[in-house]
Amino acid sequence: MAIATKEELGYTPSTSGLWSWITTVDHKRIGVLYGIAALVFFVVGGLEALLIRVQLAGPNSTILSADAYNQLFTMHGLTMVFAVIMPTAAAFQNYFIPLQIGARDVAFPRLNAFSYWLFLFSVILLTSSFFLGGSPDGTWVGYAPLSTQLIEYVRMDFYSIGLQLLGIASLGSAANFIATILTMRAPGMSLMRMPVFCWMSLVTSFLLILSLPVIAIGAWQLFLDRNFGTLFYQAQAAGDPLLWQHLFWIFGHPEVYVLILPAMGIVSEILPVFSRKPLFGYAFVVFSGVAIGFLGFGVWAHHMFTAGRGPVAEAGFGLATMLIAIPTGVKIFNWIGTTWGGRLSFQTPMLFSLAFIAMFIIGGLSGVAHSVIPVDSQQHDSYFVVGHFHYVLFGGAVFGFVAGVYYWFPKLTGRLMSEVIGKWHFWLMFIGFNLTFGPMHILGLDGMPRRTYRYGEGLGWDAWNLMSTVGSFIIGLSFLFFFYNLVRSYRKGKPSGDDPWDGRTLEWATSSPPPEHNFDREPLVKHLDDFWYQKYGVDEEGRAAPLPDDLKPKVPPGVDEHGIHMPSPSYRPIVAATGEVTIGFGLVFSSTDWFGWGLVAFGAAVLLWGLFGWAGEPLTRDDH
Amino acid sequence: MAAPDAVFEGEEHAATQDPTHRTRKTAMWVWLGSEAFFFGAMISTFLLYRTTTAGGPGAELFNIPFTSASSFVLLTSSLTMVLADHATQRGDNRQARVWLIGTALLGTTFLAGQIFEFTEFVDHGLTLSTSPFGSSFYMLTGFHGLHVAAGVVMLLGLVAFSFRGRLNPDSGMNVELTALYWHFVDIVWIVIFTVVYLLQI
Repeated sequence: MAIATKEELGYTPSTSGLWSWITTVDHKRIGVLYGIAALVFFVVGGLEALLIRVQLAGPNSTILSADAYNQLFTMHGLTMVFAVIMPTAAAFQNYFIPLQIGARDVAFPRLNAFSYWLFLFSVILLTSSFFLGGSPDGTWVGYAPLSTQLIEYVRMDFYSIGLQLLGIASLGSAANFIATILTMRAPGMSLMRMPVFCWMSLVTSFLLILSLPVIAIGAWQLFLDRNFGTLFYQAQAAGDPLLWQHLFWIFGHPEVYVLILPAMGIVSEILPVFSRKPLFGYAFVVFSGVAIGFLGFGVWAHHMFTAGRGPVAEAGFGLATMLIAIPTGVKIFNWIGTTWGGRLSFQTPMLFSLAFIAMFIIGGLSGVAHSVIPVDSQQHDSYFVVGHFHYVLFGGAVFGFVAGVYYWFPKLTGRLMSEVIGKWHFWLMFIGFNLTFGPMHILGLDGMPRRTYRYGEGLGWDAWNLMSTVGSFIIGLSFLFFFYNLVRSYRKGKPSGDDPWDGRTLEWATSSPPPEHNFDREPLVKHLDDFWYQKYGVDEEGRAAPLPDDLKPKVPPGVDEHGIHMPSPSYRPIVAATGEVTIGFGLVFSSTDWFGWGLVAFGAAVLLWGLFGWAGEPLTRDDH
Repeated sequence: MAAPDAVFEGEEHAATQDPTHRTRKTAMWVWLGSEAFFFGAMISTFLLYRTTTAGGPGAELFNIPFTSASSFVLLTSSLTMVLADHATQRGDNRQARVWLIGTALLGTTFLAGQIFEFTEFVDHGLTLSTSPFGSSFYMLTGFHGLHVAAGVVMLLGLVAFSFRGRLNPDSGMNVELTALYWHFVDIVWIVIFTVVYLLQI
């Protein structure tokens, strides 16, 4: 595609220095930043997991103390959920939502940058707890009264404040994506012509918008209980610790769908391309995603079946849980229907997508079994649950995301990832994954409780645990292949061209990597899978056939007549995020140290300075 | 070859005309939806603990006439906010500024009333740590107060912008969006006043 000149563009493209990355408001760069951060924290969370598995490899292990183990598994959960899966989803959403809907950027580029920096600083705050009195060690669900009374020092304050700040960052990007998707789609792109990935991101964003404020209240109450003598969860003073469980899971269950829906969206993009068929039942896939979003708010108490709330409430939540399996099953059938009778090509993205379906079915089935309350009571807090949710979050979300990396890497870099290394990565990860988490189901049914740092000999758990540990190291090895593949392909991968997979959606219509303004001309959308219809028509027998050149839609050279307006770079977002995280650090230490309040005041001043400057800044680059 | 479908009528224009304004309003509504759940969680907590006074003071402390008066002050500020918005739409910067300052003053008056009320209650022995009732009362009304305070800061920011001539409907931070936020915070107060104060008598 022709490169537009600077005069035609009407804006000055960004340079590549460090300052340009700090002040960037380009959704693609922010997406890359999210991705890199997520990879780094994946290494951190992965090492935590390996330490856990080393400790549990055999009975009566003495490698880790109970205290260290508690910190490690709590931080493993927090890191993987909030610092790996959510930002990886955000990376894909940032990069591809505007490209897929034919927009120049997200709705609020500076808010987007602010969300990124605040996310990064919050995870740094959370991780810095290792060096500042110990990490959170009250599990990632932070149940009261353990989290309010039994844990001294600042550990669970890092937890509550970290959740608070990460929540603000996610709220910002969720509102941003909703506004982008609802109001900035290219002409002709009705909602029902929108790629499934954008649809799932829209649902995810609404889930975040409505669930994060609830955990924010829970986290504030936890913080106030710990530091300012409130009595929200203090049973000895007529408070109710169960309130925390409700607030946590009203957030926590929608959060589960926040983690999996983006991956479902990615897989729904990949399967049609590599089956060379349109997605089977597009509307069903979309609406079952929306249904999952709605029902996701009505099933939270199935995490609390053993908390004792009486048969009526439990039966109700059990039924709702069975109900939510229906839209999930609809999606699975649609994915299988998409591949049915297609011309499948088993390249790496496709392998990971197919594995996603298979692993997600296992995780889904072991999950819906928990809607039967007597079964759940047996398996509650056992390794069965650990096995179940890793099949959903690792076998589901992570497999889906890795598929997305292999699929979209050429769009980011203009180079293909190596298929040979990719297949090594796939098979090692697939085998290692099942070896790690499969045995956990058996361990759970055998009665091994989760969150224990040591188990005795002669319980029949030794072999399964050892198998699981070996598997976890195979997963680790597979990711060494992945990282090597990323670096090597970035440097000297095969040039991919703009559209290496014969794609169906708009991101493949622009160059690889895309220019800063994405499209020289705003796309005009006439179909679902519009880019496919720019390349293919239908022959006499009703089969897809490449359009002859003279029938392909012509894009006139040059850029849009009304010019291209790009947002101007800004350092205000990082200033505001610095202020915000300084407030957070201050609050963590507010009850133990006088300088805590000093930090809060200083942070608030920096935040206000950043926001006020932000509000008064010119919006677009050509306003200067 | 099948003919390509026509672009949806109207859709094309809806998605492209005046994107920034539509986009900002969408985001503000989304944000307010989030805020509704924020307050919803606190109101639920309060309802759980509305009678859990653990032997300490409870709803008998409430001075309904006083709080009614300060509620009236806050509701009046919604009216002045509408007038400020209206003046901005007309392009009357000077009058908009007057109404913005008026709204900020009414908001501040409400906050002063709340501080007075809190002081009274503490004097009568109701603190954050007296009972779950006290904890949830102060948290709910306190967070509402913080929202009013944030609104006052936004209003003062707008006043500052008006002196620099940047108070037009197209600027990033504008009167219409602030008004949406301000009305929302007022409506939340109506709910709080009903649930916390009136339902207790």
